[in-house]
Amino acid sequence: MQDVVLALLVKGPSHGYDLRGRLRTALGPLGETLNAGQVYVTLSRLEKTGLVVREREDASERGPRRKVYALTGAGRERVAGWLAEPAGPRADVAEFHLKLVAAAESGMADPLTLVDARRRELRRGLAEVQHAVLTCDPGSEAGLLLEGVALRLQADLRWLEACERTWSARAPHGKHGEGGGNG
Amino acid sequence: MTVRGGRRGRGLSRRGDRGDVAAGPVLRAVGLSRVYQQGDSTVLAVDRVDLDVPSGQTLAVTGPSGCGKSTLLHLLGGLDRPDEGEVWLGGQRIDLLGERALARLRRRAVGFVHQDFHLMDELTAAENVELPALLAGDSPRTARRRAAALLDRVGLADRGRHLPSRLSGGQRQRVAIARALVNEPLVVLADEPTGNLDTTATHDVLRLFAELRGTGQTLVLVTHDERVAATADRLISLRDGATSEDTSPASGGSQLGALLGWEE
Repeated sequence: MQDVVLALLVKGPSHGYDLRGRLRTALGPLGETLNAGQVYVTLSRLEKTGLVVREREDASERGPRRKVYALTGAGRERVAGWLAEPAGPRADVAEFHLKLVAAAESGMADPLTLVDARRRELRRGLAEVQHAVLTCDPGSEAGLLLEGVALRLQADLRWLEACERTWSARAPHGKHGEGGGNG
Repeated sequence: MTVRGGRRGRGLSRRGDRGDVAAGPVLRAVGLSRVYQQGDSTVLAVDRVDLDVPSGQTLAVTGPSGCGKSTLLHLLGGLDRPDEGEVWLGGQRIDLLGERALARLRRRAVGFVHQDFHLMDELTAAENVELPALLAGDSPRTARRRAAALLDRVGLADRGRHLPSRLSGGQRQRVAIARALVNEPLVVLADEPTGNLDTTATHDVLRLFAELRGTGQTLVLVTHDERVAATADRLISLRDGATSEDTSPASGGSQLGALLGWEE
């Protein structure tokens, strides 16, 4: 959560209400499960660790004044590090999805590059599991476990296809789209 | 297995006709392009593909449907001709061959495995396997002997007299693989070989491919199934007719611990 919030501040300073709206757009119905206070708690934690600073307070039409936060140098470095690090073979869907959103939003990484890297990572894992599946006795307990792991990796890889389609259609000069395909 | 040994001498003499295999890749594509006319528009199904497949390698070509995978396979196997570029098989350029020479070469040097098996329904499993050997000029006795040995190798020794309609999908595909191997081809080309199979039958076919790899058989398989592709030595992705090379799936350290969540 901290990393996503930081990434959404790369473009410019913003306040909690705005960030929450952006997250809800990215997460859809799943965003409803986000605790209303979570973004604000995250922002104040980030402020304590020096990754963001409170820039000013804006008046809103009604309700409380809005604290506007800006990224610090350390915060920006943290975003760059987060975008560059591999997601890990077991990373969940929402986590990687937000990473793609954050990459595009911040302009600090190309979502398609992240998809490629993730695909390589998952394929490496799948190759290992598949080899193990084929050497296992079909019907054995071990074979059953490996089958489950392989099916999950396969599902993740399929979803990456969808990620690639969506993000290359959005990229203004996506390396796969070569200028076209903005629909 | 026994038959492989017995066949070796003959296989080598055949290979002699096909040029020096050891000198270069078994299969090579240079700047391969294929264009289709679709209504008013032209579709670039294969776009300047360069490819080298060394002897004994299992290569998987993946990509979404319509990306040109099957077209590429047909070009590599001499079933279709490129608009541009060259195809070399066993050191011989094949895209310029005449129809009859090409058909002869295909029969001897290429084994095809298709998604929907392409077995002759009115022939028994054994007869299906024998047929390419007979067409290539082998004696009925030799063809029969070789078919029996290959059916044994794919685990169907007792199904030789069955018609395809009495076999399961997985068994039919194994018959088709035996047929593809009967003339000891330089390369086996498989187009979505597990596309119509359930999980168990898919594993059977993949185990068989792994075994073939152990005997040094060169294999190119086209698939959209990541699990099938994951068993190859090398993986290339095809997108809009153009290839990109992936790192070898087998490279790097073990991820099993992390996959099971024990290393976090």
